[in-house]
Amino acid sequence: MTPSGGTPTDLRLYRPRISTWWWTRKRSYFVFVMRELSSIFVAWFVAYLVLFLYAVGQDAAAYRRFLDWASSPWVTALNVVGLAFVLLHTVTWFNLTPQAMAVRVMGQKVPAFHIVAGQYTGLVVVSAFVFWLVTR
Amino acid sequence: MADSIRLRVSRYRPETDSGPHWQEYDVPLRKEWTVLDGLNHVKNEVDTTLSFRWSCRMGICGSCGMNVDGEPRLTCGTFLSDYEPGPVTIEPLANFPVVRDLVVDLSDFMKKLPRVKPWIIREDDHRTVEPDVEYLQTPGQLDAYQQFSMCINCMLCYAACPVYGLDPEFIGPAAIALAERYDLDSRDVGNRERLDVLIEHDGVWGCTFVGECTRVCPKHVDPASAIQRYKLKAAMETVKAFLLPRGAR
Repeated sequence: MTPSGGTPTDLRLYRPRISTWWWTRKRSYFVFVMRELSSIFVAWFVAYLVLFLYAVGQDAAAYRRFLDWASSPWVTALNVVGLAFVLLHTVTWFNLTPQAMAVRVMGQKVPAFHIVAGQYTGLVVVSAFVFWLVTR
Repeated sequence: MADSIRLRVSRYRPETDSGPHWQEYDVPLRKEWTVLDGLNHVKNEVDTTLSFRWSCRMGICGSCGMNVDGEPRLTCGTFLSDYEPGPVTIEPLANFPVVRDLVVDLSDFMKKLPRVKPWIIREDDHRTVEPDVEYLQTPGQLDAYQQFSMCINCMLCYAACPVYGLDPEFIGPAAIALAERYDLDSRDVGNRERLDVLIEHDGVWGCTFVGECTRVCPKHVDPASAIQRYKLKAAMETVKAFLLPRGAR
């Protein structure tokens, strides 16, 4: 400390360094990094859908070629891994939503459980609609 | 229950050490003893050179935060018996420079906190108001911000936040939660001033919603929630600024 009690200038502080592998130290950090990583697979599914729509918009041969490519082992494997990450993305973000949204109905705070349940209900309704659309 | 438990304590003496090293102490293990009681036993009976901060011993002052077995904790509320058979590792709070042993330098937070203006801002100049004027609130108005007012500045949220660890410019969880506390106060009109600070790069947008700040908070303040709510506010302001004519904002 300076004699006048001002800013400490002669402190020899130890500044810890953060390891590159900090996210492997705790389960919660690891899940967070996986959740961040999952957005790459969300982007992949968007690209996949665009390729699919493009093939459908061409002709029957283009559609056939897309199906052949899509059923190749590496694309299938990529989609399986992608699905796992997208599910993680969905579940983790659904769980976090009540923290991000303070919903009040008639002055009362809506319980977190209701917000999460509402999202899952929405997911089921949309999935059922898409399923109906594809299989009818 | 065993008679004693081993504390593995991080020591750093700036005048002689180039970095921290471990020192072990055996302390009596009693059902009602917290980690802080163990450290005070060491300080009083074993090794008077050990440095750490503490004051109230009852989770109010927020001085005794340390990393216990890698988790930021208030040591006065963390019981030794939960770590049986030991050893219990005790380190200074992560993400802060270490002054000595378990004492960290909090001046970074002290610089950041006033930037969010954590006080009631009113349109009327407080000097013109009669001193005995009360600004009444309904229980509902109190309830809107009360949770965020429980913060004791213990810095556990900063120690848990990897964003703050990697980018010390980030203004951090407690400062944003306190900004939200005053924004939600019905007596306050300072929202715009705080938003101008928090909308910057080192404000709310630094947060990637790890959520650890909320998990470690001993007062259940939920800083992660405050930050996400602020992001929503900031985004709405940007949209408004883009869409509405100047006078309507």
